[in-house]
Amino acid sequence: MDKMVNIALPKGRLGEKVYRLFKEAGYECPSIEENNRKLIFENPEKGVRYFWVKPSDVAIYVERGAADIGVAGKDILLEYRPDVYELLDLKMGVCRMAVAAKKGFRDPKGETLRVATKFPNIAAAYYNEKCRDIDIIKLNGSIEIAPILGLSDVIVDIVETGTTLKENDLEPVETIVPISARLIANKAAYKFKNQQITAIRKGMEEQVQ
Amino acid sequence: MSKSVIKKDEQAIFSLRELYRRYGYAQYKMSRFEEYDLYVRNKDFLVSDEVITFTDHTGRLLALKPDVTLSIIKNTEDRPGAVQKVYYNENVFRVAKGTHSFKEIMQAGLECIGDISGYEIAEVVLLAVRSLSLLNERYMLDLSHMGLVSAMLAESGLSEGGKSAALSFIHQKSGHELAALCEKEGVSGTKLQALIDQCGTPKEVLAAMEPLMATEAEKAAFADFSALCEILTRSGHGKSVRVDFSVGNDMKYYSGVVFKGYLEGVPTGVLSGGQYDKLLQKLGRKSGAIGFAVYLDLLERLEKSNEEFDVDTLLLRTPDADPAALVKKAEELSAEGSVLVVSALPEDVKYRRLIQFEGGNSRG
Repeated sequence: MDKMVNIALPKGRLGEKVYRLFKEAGYECPSIEENNRKLIFENPEKGVRYFWVKPSDVAIYVERGAADIGVAGKDILLEYRPDVYELLDLKMGVCRMAVAAKKGFRDPKGETLRVATKFPNIAAAYYNEKCRDIDIIKLNGSIEIAPILGLSDVIVDIVETGTTLKENDLEPVETIVPISARLIANKAAYKFKNQQITAIRKGMEEQVQ
Repeated sequence: MSKSVIKKDEQAIFSLRELYRRYGYAQYKMSRFEEYDLYVRNKDFLVSDEVITFTDHTGRLLALKPDVTLSIIKNTEDRPGAVQKVYYNENVFRVAKGTHSFKEIMQAGLECIGDISGYEIAEVVLLAVRSLSLLNERYMLDLSHMGLVSAMLAESGLSEGGKSAALSFIHQKSGHELAALCEKEGVSGTKLQALIDQCGTPKEVLAAMEPLMATEAEKAAFADFSALCEILTRSGHGKSVRVDFSVGNDMKYYSGVVFKGYLEGVPTGVLSGGQYDKLLQKLGRKSGAIGFAVYLDLLERLEKSNEEFDVDTLLLRTPDADPAALVKKAEELSAEGSVLVVSALPEDVKYRRLIQFEGGNSRG
């Protein structure tokens, strides 16, 4: 059985930052830093194999065991609820899931609230807890435009600095949950590669604190 | 019959059935359909709450069974002092995760219902460990105790909503989320954190947990759990069983021990079970119950087809081939390996060698 730990990294700027954290924790892989088009990188000496995948797919790779561990945003974990362990908050990619609306918005409490979002499960759970009747409009991008064009009353989306909202005359109304990158692990891999995964987790925890 | 011909899940059924019979479990055969009402009243107990339903000719709403345990409970009765032991292997129908399509899943398992004691609990957990050992060389059974976890949560000072959030953080091993929750609710999270941090052999974990037990409920559940762990360790399973409190996340149905089994090479748990007295209480019954299920469809992951060829010999016959001579030749070849007689070269079959058969003779 393969004793290397397979690690799924999210492609992009966050992924590069996350790799640096793995490196600082003692799990470097020099080939990943070379400028090439490879997708899989190994350092047998350290027992790690990295690969880049689309950020929203990391949880799937980990849940299905193609990767033993990986780094995924809390937004993805809340939306898709993969059956994985969430071992550590890496305190990177920090932002929040928020409700935003046009400036001066007044909640039409007597009516069904129209909510445009890329995260229908998070939005549904949030309003369900408040017993608020909503109509979810699932969009795949440019969410900010929905309230401007009257497609929705509010949006539920990730807010980092709030600049995009501001530029579109919107403002955050409520925070649903803080978001950041999390270290996740496949449940079976956690049993059979426990020592390695625990050591990686510990190394990263020391870097994060 | 050569072992390679029997698929892993079929082999598993034979060996598991043999194991359960040796401990006096009787086979339980259930109908493919069950009244929907049974499931709708206990939806949370099901792995997935979507059920295939249809109406029969009398207008009754029936369901293709999504679960076996509920049917078994329904068909047993409370008899003071008696314990009923049954095993099953059945196909159940569930919604595949991430899609909205139904999947047929082969499941084996056993249930022990009645006046269960420490003996029955140990027997079922041991049978779960032995079931795993029959399926793969490397296996692991994670063991937790819902009674202990709920006693510790009850003592935590968390709000009702907080307790259920804490349980799901323990289930995900999210120490950081649990710490944030405890801070938000203004309670000390040190003791609950042990439910995430402590994970390992029964001996190690119990030694670390014992000093934390303060209330009567905690002490009673701990004593119960320790007694079971002691039996498992004495039976030589101290290394293949790990105490891991992330196993159970359902306090509504499970009251005592809960467990999940893993095999190396399969990404999810293949065995799941526990003591579910609370489900029986909910159904107005006096009995206790413990059982587990093995998800046999997952065993496919263990036997990746390494065979290069679909068939050893492809015997290509011409239209004038003599049937009697062909039968003889096919018999000869089948004694050496697999043979497929065809009249034209198939596009999707990979073969080791090709023999042409014309009239009464072969060549090639």
